[in-house]
Amino acid sequence: MDSNELKNLANKLRYMALEAIFCAGSGHPGGALSSADLITYLYFKEMRVDTQNPHDPDRDRFVFSKGHACPILYAALAEKGFFPKDELKKLRHIDSFLQGHPDLKHTPGIDMSTGSLGQGISAACGIAMAGKKQHKNYRVYTIVGDGEIQEGQFWEALNFAHKYELANLMIILDYNGLQIDGTNEEVMNIDHLKERFSSFGLNTLEIDGHNFAEIEQAFRQAKNCKDRATIVIAHTVKGKGVSFMENQVGWHGKAPTQDELNRAKAELEVA
Amino acid sequence: MIANREAYGNALVAIEPEHKNLVVLDADLAAATYTKIFRDKFPDKFIECGIAESNMMTVAAGLATAGMLPFVSTFAVFASLRAAEQFRNSVCYPHLNVKVVGTHAGLECGADGATHQVLEDLAVMTSIAGNTVLVPATPIATRELIKLAADYVGPCYLRVGRDKVNELYSETTSFKIGGSHKLRDGKDVAILAIGSRVEASVKAAELLKEKGINASVYDMYSIKPIDKAAIKEAVATGHIVTVEDHSVYGGLGSIVCQEVCALNKPCPVSVIGVNSFGRSGSAKELFTLFNIDVEDIVNAVLKQLN
Repeated sequence: MDSNELKNLANKLRYMALEAIFCAGSGHPGGALSSADLITYLYFKEMRVDTQNPHDPDRDRFVFSKGHACPILYAALAEKGFFPKDELKKLRHIDSFLQGHPDLKHTPGIDMSTGSLGQGISAACGIAMAGKKQHKNYRVYTIVGDGEIQEGQFWEALNFAHKYELANLMIILDYNGLQIDGTNEEVMNIDHLKERFSSFGLNTLEIDGHNFAEIEQAFRQAKNCKDRATIVIAHTVKGKGVSFMENQVGWHGKAPTQDELNRAKAELEVA
Repeated sequence: MIANREAYGNALVAIEPEHKNLVVLDADLAAATYTKIFRDKFPDKFIECGIAESNMMTVAAGLATAGMLPFVSTFAVFASLRAAEQFRNSVCYPHLNVKVVGTHAGLECGADGATHQVLEDLAVMTSIAGNTVLVPATPIATRELIKLAADYVGPCYLRVGRDKVNELYSETTSFKIGGSHKLRDGKDVAILAIGSRVEASVKAAELLKEKGINASVYDMYSIKPIDKAAIKEAVATGHIVTVEDHSVYGGLGSIVCQEVCALNKPCPVSVIGVNSFGRSGSAKELFTLFNIDVEDIVNAVLKQLN
């Protein structure tokens, strides 16, 4: 799949996620759209997963630490074939296995229950540690939110990843700059990230999180780094792909109307 | 005579041959929780997490998703409170196979004072859906309950004390999740206790015997699930006293009251526990000061019977 195909697929997943949120009447579109290209790359270019054997002990793992953005992950899993796409329209419904935040017990393809910020990265460290202890060659990926790194536990996890040289772990920061109460700067500064992460002893990369060539290069560099965990600062746009949602704090956690969904569909050029 | 925490360290070594996927995590307290016994024998299966309990708890969750059997160890106050939300959301909600062993629980923790004497852990741990909560009273009970926890698939919290304790069981005593042990049989009153208060209850029963009162004494080592049959049996005496080195809210007393009240013919229950922060002192001094010692049990029985 080339960059153009990935881009089109990512936009398709964006629409599927927005439609799911519309059907649910609630959810988190902004952060789902900012993660869309990264998730698309993971599931359609990078990860070894088997929809027929979702618990394969040798599979690559993905932990969506910013679990509230899960509609985009659900869209990717449905597109991949872990469950029927019709299930997406039942997101957050009483009879659905698609919970408001990822639930590993009931949703095929989910590797870790997340939603309480700061915890997914620690779980990813645990899975990476298990891989080392059990001499497995799977890789572990996690996407964390930028607001999420205000949690102290995030930094505890970085210490752990460094101490145990979790080279099989790749942490991706979805750096869209916005969180519920405003910009990162307004809420709690998270500046000098490259310096901070480097000082934790991590292989630190910085990319445009919507540029597939840069994403691909980062994944290659992470894989080639054999002695350290990698963290990628992926600069993204909250609400990416839908003009009226882009860089709007208000789209962190509300569902689109039917009209807004139609406009989004047109902008995303989804058939 | 050894402490239950030392029995814990020994038990980890003992179960390793049957649980090759065992890993033990600690947060810079291996010397105090006695996981050092395991660490020294199986360094590759020991994961030092540093003073970062929240991360440790969630790392354990990740290890469990990949088929490992993590035992998370730290002081009970940090295991049950600092990392409570991690245990709830990352371990219990996905029902992962993580065991948490909290040591130095209760006033028994002693001289370290109130900050370290957790009195709320059972309240928190029993209220989380899908969790199993066990409180061994002696080294043999600790060994056996650790074995049971390792065999059981799912989250489990074990509460262990700091001090050396007398053995009340024999090498062949068997335990089960949801069980209890009746250490004395008496028809006048039933004393239900956990942890260090089990031996205190046995002593209280001996003093009561001198006054012509026959007390049953139960070690309710399985707090969740609780032994409902034992509680029914206790109710048949017409009088129940519960004793714990824990808050009167949300621990053994609360659970027993809840069960007793659901019966068609309930009986009075006197709950002996703590309802304030502790302070520095020896365990014995603290048990006396905070009214959870042998004399207090005797007095509670006499008061209820009169």
